[in-house]
Amino acid sequence: MKRRDFIQMAGMGAGALMLPVTSLANIVSPEALLEPGLDVAQKKRLADVALNTAKSNGATYADVRIGRYLNQFVITRENKVQSIRNTESFGVGVRVIANGTWGFAATNEVTPDGIKKATERAVAIAKANSKFQKEPVKLAAEKGYGEVTWKTPIQKNGFEVPVKDKADLLLNANAKAMEKGASFINSIMFLVNEQKYFASTEGSYIDQDIHRTWPNFQVTMIDKASGQFKTRSAFSAPVGMGYEYLDGKAQDKIQGPGGIILYNKSYDIVEDATMAAEQAKQLISAKSVEPGKYDLVLEPSHMWLTIHESVGHPLELDRVLGYEANYAGTSFATLDKQQSGKFQYGSKAVNFVADKIQPGSLGAVGFDDEGVKTKQWDLVKDGVLVNYQAIRDQVHILGQGESHGCCYSQSWRDVQFQRMANVSLQPGKAQLTPDQMISGVEKGIYIVKDGSFSIDQQRYNFQFGGVLFFEIKNGKIAGMLKDVAYQSNTQEFWNSCVQVCDERDYRMNGAFNDGKGQPAQSNAVSHGSATARFNGVNVINTGRTL
Amino acid sequence: MALLTKDEAQALLKKVLSYSKADECEVNLTGTNTGNIRYARNSVSTSGGISTYTLVVQSAYGKKLGTATINEFDDASLEKVVRRSEELAQLAPENPEYVSVLGPQKYAEPITYVPATAAITPKMRADAVAQSLQVAKETKTVAAGFMEDTTTVNVMMNSKGLFAYNTSTGVNFSITMRTEDGKGSGYATRGYNDITKLDAKKASQIAADKGVKSATARAIEPGKYTVILEPAAAAVLMENIFFGLDARQADEGRSFLSTTGGKTRLGEKLVDERVNIYSDPLNPDLPTSTWAADGRPQEKVSWIEKGVVKNLTFSRYWAEKKGVKAVPPPAGVIMEGGTKSVEELIKGTKKGILVTRLWYIRPVDPQTLLLTGLTRDGTFYIENGEIKYPIKNFRFNESPVIMLNNLEELGKVERTVSVESNTNYLLPPMKIRDFTFSSLSDAV
Repeated sequence: MKRRDFIQMAGMGAGALMLPVTSLANIVSPEALLEPGLDVAQKKRLADVALNTAKSNGATYADVRIGRYLNQFVITRENKVQSIRNTESFGVGVRVIANGTWGFAATNEVTPDGIKKATERAVAIAKANSKFQKEPVKLAAEKGYGEVTWKTPIQKNGFEVPVKDKADLLLNANAKAMEKGASFINSIMFLVNEQKYFASTEGSYIDQDIHRTWPNFQVTMIDKASGQFKTRSAFSAPVGMGYEYLDGKAQDKIQGPGGIILYNKSYDIVEDATMAAEQAKQLISAKSVEPGKYDLVLEPSHMWLTIHESVGHPLELDRVLGYEANYAGTSFATLDKQQSGKFQYGSKAVNFVADKIQPGSLGAVGFDDEGVKTKQWDLVKDGVLVNYQAIRDQVHILGQGESHGCCYSQSWRDVQFQRMANVSLQPGKAQLTPDQMISGVEKGIYIVKDGSFSIDQQRYNFQFGGVLFFEIKNGKIAGMLKDVAYQSNTQEFWNSCVQVCDERDYRMNGAFNDGKGQPAQSNAVSHGSATARFNGVNVINTGRTL
Repeated sequence: MALLTKDEAQALLKKVLSYSKADECEVNLTGTNTGNIRYARNSVSTSGGISTYTLVVQSAYGKKLGTATINEFDDASLEKVVRRSEELAQLAPENPEYVSVLGPQKYAEPITYVPATAAITPKMRADAVAQSLQVAKETKTVAAGFMEDTTTVNVMMNSKGLFAYNTSTGVNFSITMRTEDGKGSGYATRGYNDITKLDAKKASQIAADKGVKSATARAIEPGKYTVILEPAAAAVLMENIFFGLDARQADEGRSFLSTTGGKTRLGEKLVDERVNIYSDPLNPDLPTSTWAADGRPQEKVSWIEKGVVKNLTFSRYWAEKKGVKAVPPPAGVIMEGGTKSVEELIKGTKKGILVTRLWYIRPVDPQTLLLTGLTRDGTFYIENGEIKYPIKNFRFNESPVIMLNNLEELGKVERTVSVESNTNYLLPPMKIRDFTFSSLSDAV
């Protein structure tokens, strides 16, 4: 995940919230977020200005994205509303190929003249950079889709819910946590709407309306006598859904091991904040872990981040090829390993699927940001590495003729490039519940929700913490632990996966702020899994004294 | 895009304020020109740039606040943005922590603007890349790098008569050089206000040299080692202390600066007595704005003196509540050092490890500021004052506070850039004993 956003989220606990505002966004009224923006006919006319200008200036390919990006943040702590912020960012990005080289330019002057100038600039940049180009860009074929639309299938548009209702919901959750003895609580509601229009010289005119929702909080418990403090973050997930995610339906609640309540397709923030205060208190007096080898039982709200870092990232083709060498790094999963058809990424129980279509996921769109119709594909099958994530100008390197449809840009002003799709661990085929899984573990730890995370630049060595840790002794939960982090090597870790629970336990979690590129861009992505077991993983104790 | 002069900016913001009907109004204007070029696999991958102006208007009725922004500057748009901020303020819940805007302040004349940087052209960026690529060719390495320059004007005015104006320039450059077989990797990063100080060729040569020399690394056992952290490696650890100086956090009991019974470590000895950390907006090697985002003057402030925590940062609200001076967070942080170069520190080391860069730094425990991350792009074993051989990368689990209690020696201060936050600092290379490496990594 991106460091800057991480600092912002970590700032929640610090009581020093910074707002992640999309660059070049204007702060507007909540009503302005409901204004319709340009109609499709206007957008098509403007898009054609870019496409025609590009062609007449010698570009062999061009695409244009007219984007309106809306965000809403409602931020509270304890009994106070700290900030309500609505932002709108509107502009156009034009990408061209000229002299076999990419060029990109953007403008917030959404007029025929502004777009014409930006397009001319993009062509000039492509021509100037072509002197460094070793081989011309090769695009995989993609058909033009004509005029099409796609919308996130939401039931309730969060932007239509009055701001006061959102603030009241957060304040209610805060009050419940404080009643249960929390020292502090910071909470946030973060809504996103991307209204994106894409057109290309291949004949596509694609209008998409994408929604994301993320309720989140952090409860802090302080033991004044000892000076110890512990935090418990929300068990919510950022989702590709509307405000219906906050309905907290009974059928979406799961009684998990250790007496915890977990959530699936909708979320009860008030109930979770109440539980959080109790669990943060328990963490203060929890037993400090004895370092050593344990069998780990990892719950999906934790598992997603391990998948993200150790599977999602190393299987991005641009990293494998070296395009991220100066920043995010390269990858251990080199092309020869995939081409051998024998590289055992994980055990036979391990199957990873990438997709851009799963309902409710953050990655779900109809078409990616270079007009490719989205789909699902295998990355790891029965433990063997079979494919990567790649886009139109990359798939030829894999000997493939069809883009995977995972090209994305965080806004109109940034160039689109290969980003992570949803990458998910497939549930086990045999019937197995988390309780049944735990009953087979002699010495282990059950870990819930993501915590601290770090992985090397080729994605071998990683270390993950968590939020709640339960000791497993002879098949039973034996109380809470603290100071837990596990370290492993990606291939070793996934080969130690012995069981994955069945599809009844499959849930998604994810991040709004997957970071890559220079200048850095954010990408929203989900990762699904069922609870999974890993044998003999190295656990360290992270407790220190100053 | 030409930046507004002081007079032009003053006239514009006066006009904006003339539309205000609220109890208080504060206006911030930011204008930015940025340009960048990115390359990888010995070829340019992307380049771009953008010029923008954004006006932020904050209106207050009592403790009810509204903020609106706009990037159009005709009279109608200016009036519209003021009205919108007032409408939002009327609708907002009271913010009990709102503190009335500041009156006129006195600021030192800043030294953050360098005309040569503001005059940078796309060709100059491309030339820097060409120099890097030439080094790659000569050393048979593969270059991946990024250069980004920014010219900014910040202006602030409010209904109580405060006016602040600052222009600044900056350039950050980073370069990774990998051997063609992928067995070695080296890195260098540079940050300046003045583009003429950037020597892209030299930085590329250092990165290539480290890349070539780091190939065929040997594995040694993880454990506690004496390390020499180059400034770029020290920066990503040290900035976690700098980010954590907030008094409210410490007072609330949720910081590494909190102790028992609701007390803080302010005034206590935290680290080795040779550690002196301060900020100074007029330091010629790291100049920063002479005023903070909320209009408070930025002055020279000592944060840690002879190992003792001397000052914490206070929001104006928290300072008022505590009855103390509201010291703003620093824009640039400086740590004092010694006189020795990295080479001289190596000469004086019997057994140790030289660390070029640390990567993927994340907090593990905020209570102790325990951090984890890995070495990267040039890690070498030192024996009897010499670099003996390259070693495989390590994961560490270490707190910068504990680390600064295990201080052996500080070298000569230089300006560096954090790869995590992109922030520039003046830091010395640091020799530290008992630095905790907890596992090996195969990554190159």
